[in-house]
Amino acid sequence: MPVGADVDIVTARQKGRELAAQCGLSSTDLAVVATAISELARNIVRYAVRGEIVLRAVDNGTKRGIEVVATDDGPGISDVPLAMQDGYSTSGGLGLGLPGVRRLMDEFDIVSRFGKGTTVTVRKWRR
Amino acid sequence: MSNGQGQATVPEPRVESTASRLRELVAHLRQQRAQLREEWARLITEAQLLTAMTKEEIFAEATSVYDNYVEALETGTYEALQAYARNLSERIIPRGVETHEVVGIVLLLRDVLARSLFAKYHEDFTKLNRILDAYEPAANRIAITVAVGFVQERERIIREQQEAIRELSTPVLQVRERLLILPIIGVIDPQRARQLTEQLLRGIRTNRAKVVVLDITGVPYIDSPVANHLVQTVEAARLLGAIVIVTGLSPEIAQTLVNIGVDLGKMNTVGDLQGGIEEAERLLGYKVVLTRESAAQPA
Amino acid sequence: MQVPILKQGPYLIATVQSALTDDDLKELRNVLVEKVGHLRSRGVIVDVTALDVIDSFATRTLRDVAHMIRLRGAETVIVGIQPEVAFSMVKLGLTLEGVATSLDLEEGLAYLGRPGKASGREGRGDTG
Repeated sequence: MPVGADVDIVTARQKGRELAAQCGLSSTDLAVVATAISELARNIVRYAVRGEIVLRAVDNGTKRGIEVVATDDGPGISDVPLAMQDGYSTSGGLGLGLPGVRRLMDEFDIVSRFGKGTTVTVRKWRR
Repeated sequence: MSNGQGQATVPEPRVESTASRLRELVAHLRQQRAQLREEWARLITEAQLLTAMTKEEIFAEATSVYDNYVEALETGTYEALQAYARNLSERIIPRGVETHEVVGIVLLLRDVLARSLFAKYHEDFTKLNRILDAYEPAANRIAITVAVGFVQERERIIREQQEAIRELSTPVLQVRERLLILPIIGVIDPQRARQLTEQLLRGIRTNRAKVVVLDITGVPYIDSPVANHLVQTVEAARLLGAIVIVTGLSPEIAQTLVNIGVDLGKMNTVGDLQGGIEEAERLLGYKVVLTRESAAQPA
Repeated sequence: MQVPILKQGPYLIATVQSALTDDDLKELRNVLVEKVGHLRSRGVIVDVTALDVIDSFATRTLRDVAHMIRLRGAETVIVGIQPEVAFSMVKLGLTLEGVATSLDLEEGLAYLGRPGKASGREGRGDTG
């Protein structure tokens, strides 16, 4: 779904919570997924003009889970490893929160190029 | 006709003829149901499979499996079969049936049916080949579906059991009002750490605890990720308005915590469980004294 | 305003009813600070039981609320953080440092009403 304004952040995480519930995740993990989506959506709103969050139920053969792909056409990150360190921030506050999102989710992947936008893919599996 | 396979340019007739061959062999298998099923059941007993079940039970299940098998051949879809396989597995796993037995009986059925097809079409070699072309991939797919369904069900049951064991091994004790004790024994892996946190936080809310004594005397060591998790647990408890006192910290664990950057001064730690409980009571009792003597100043 | 704010003696109780957007949070902050000054309240309880997610922005705003209210001589207590939410928050690294937290409304009121409290007590939970 498209993400452009801050009200979309709430929509995105509610939809994420619903899908995660359908995938059978525990109540703790529902909150975890919703929080991660909130942060990813927030990054899009804050750093990019426009972006998109795609939610998918996935199955890797032995278990089910939810996948969240957050893409934006924003400025991109020039130094990804640096951004992944705790405490890094370009605009004050808590920065991108990416290390936190990685801690929350089971799988985390980021592709970003300066000037080309960013794509973050995360997954959480049912235990 | 040697070119009966239609391999040249027109795909549809070929698909259709595979389907029609399947229909033909399914019709045959249904017609021979009684005999083939009995032969299969006999072979199962001979091979000493499903020894955990009685002959009547085997026969009853054999009927269902046979029908589901043939139906999967007929429809070419395997969802119903997979659902049936998991269902069946859920019933027979507690009886002690093992993976090799399930795979064994499915393969036996495949062979029994194949032999039956041989018997029927042995005079027409070309026809037999075409029939087998239709039968074999489907039969293999069925075997895989059933085996995978069984294994998945087994894994699910094992996970559930592990979760239950973990919960049992971390009791949450309420000894006094507002005070919880969590004695932990043994090595804590990430799964257990996560479960611990959930139990602790839920316990705080259910028991309205203000102090939790987390006793890790029985934990020999923890690695950095689990140590981090422990710190996060203490912080999360604070968000619920409770204080966590960690007792029984071995020097090794204290070192691990320091290594990951934990300021032990900020964390409530007490040497042993007894001391921890006393500290907890002090924290709680302190409040009680104050509210009774409303105008008094803290000592 | 979406979040009802009740006056209970010297305290204000703001009860969040549903998910809040960023703008809602900012509005809540401003309204609370204004009311505290206007009514000369001594304490504020923000009940977040209904929030199923508390992310970095919400955390920052709650901290701002507490700081700004402290400047007006009053104390803030955040109550009702759900276990799952607390779990997510600490994993994300959000700690609400410097803000008092209690289990629920009852505990929050007990905390505000505790005798012998000094002003500006830093966040160590309500038994600190």
